[in-house]
Amino acid sequence: MIVIKDLHKKFGKVKVLNGLNLSFEDKGIHTILGPNGSGKTTLIKSILGMVIPNQGSIEFNGKEILGEWEYRNEISYLPQIAYFPQNLKVKELLQMINDLRPGSKKEKELISLFQLESYLDKKLGNLSGGTAQKVNLVITFMFDSPLIILDEPTVGLDPVALIRLKQLIKEEKENGKTILITTHIMSLVEEISDDIVFILEGKIYFKGTIDLLKKQTEQSNLENAIANILEESYA
Amino acid sequence: MLKILKYGFFDLMRSRWSYIYFLFYLSLGFILLFLNQDVSKAVITLLNIILVLTPLIGTLFGVMYYYNSREFTELLLAQPIKRRNIFLGQYLGIALSLSLSLVLGLGIPFLAYGLFQSSEIFNFFTLILIGAMLTFIFVALAFGLALIFEDKIKGFGLAILTWLLFAVIYDGLFLILLLVFDDYPLDKFALFATVFNPIDLSRILILLKLDISALLGYTGAVFQNFFGTSLGKIFSITLLSFWIVIPVLFILYKSKRKDF
Repeated sequence: MIVIKDLHKKFGKVKVLNGLNLSFEDKGIHTILGPNGSGKTTLIKSILGMVIPNQGSIEFNGKEILGEWEYRNEISYLPQIAYFPQNLKVKELLQMINDLRPGSKKEKELISLFQLESYLDKKLGNLSGGTAQKVNLVITFMFDSPLIILDEPTVGLDPVALIRLKQLIKEEKENGKTILITTHIMSLVEEISDDIVFILEGKIYFKGTIDLLKKQTEQSNLENAIANILEESYA
Repeated sequence: MLKILKYGFFDLMRSRWSYIYFLFYLSLGFILLFLNQDVSKAVITLLNIILVLTPLIGTLFGVMYYYNSREFTELLLAQPIKRRNIFLGQYLGIALSLSLSLVLGLGIPFLAYGLFQSSEIFNFFTLILIGAMLTFIFVALAFGLALIFEDKIKGFGLAILTWLLFAVIYDGLFLILLLVFDDYPLDKFALFATVFNPIDLSRILILLKLDISALLGYTGAVFQNFFGTSLGKIFSITLLSFWIVIPVLFILYKSKRKDF
């Protein structure tokens, strides 16, 4: 589905992506892990065409994405931090997104899933972080796209919402979607992911199943395995 | 693109500042016409206000809108929409809504005071057209600057400086140069220098149209001498169009390569 070859990206003098090669062919849930500043979000934004790489290529379903936009019809994206136009109401934002990108299916269902009915007439600027994240989730999941990219989906969510989000992700997986997730919550990773990708200093350090990672690092749980890689890299 | 334009347009139309801008022109028009009943004199007074104010407001709104709608822009960038359409749509949305405030704000009082019976009608329309063109120029310049500078303060400062340069400093420098190099023939230089200041160009265009040589000033006189009245008008309006097209092309160029 996505083939990334030799991707380089510098911001000023900081090299964020440093010859990254990666491909996602299979359906299922792929988790992208890595320390802060390792280039996870830059990678995702490159896939979306928001960040323009200095070098390398990204192919989506066999087509180079640079300068293209139609392929984004096939992608739902949840940004890391829910920035919205502050003076709009939730209802107006949803209307606007629907107008700009027709074809949403599950809007009503998602609003009731995350209990947002009473917030529809509130301004986005007045929402709490968690509620804004729920709106963010509704916008992401209301489209029926084969690829779903979630950048830190759990930030600010309460336990109930978190359980529902996990349920939602699993449902989408059963519908045959490809899902990319970045997160720092290891329990979530262990619970839902089919395989993991570990990014370190702008390169892929590890790609495979959780069991394989545990075996390679000779650790019994994921958190320690990850910490083990990090400590080695710091040393 | 039309959808983005629509949202940008209504977003600004709904904001308080658009109303203030509109009401300002409305009251300005009525006061001017109330103070001197002569429509033609009101047009000249208006000229000086428009030449300074539309660029300033265009600059301020352009920069403010870009930085304020950054979040929304990011949201749009992840959607299946062409990049150029997002930025072009936003630009046109602001420029059009500001121009509309100008046209309605000044149009209503002048219509009420019998513009259509007056011989000044074409002069008035030229003035409004110039105001709209200046709005388009300075919104584009401000948008371009905001695209270059991630830092709000820097972008804002430079945009204001650009306005100040064209509205005030440029003329001052020009006068100093004329005084210092008094003994040399500066006609060609003056002509050349005018081309690089849209506000000067607009002033000359209107004064040529109004045919008031007393107000033309040095550059205007050279201009009239060189081109004659009608060619001068065509020349200046073409140059003003370049002043819109080139910054817009820059916006498209810059936005295509920018990371978000």
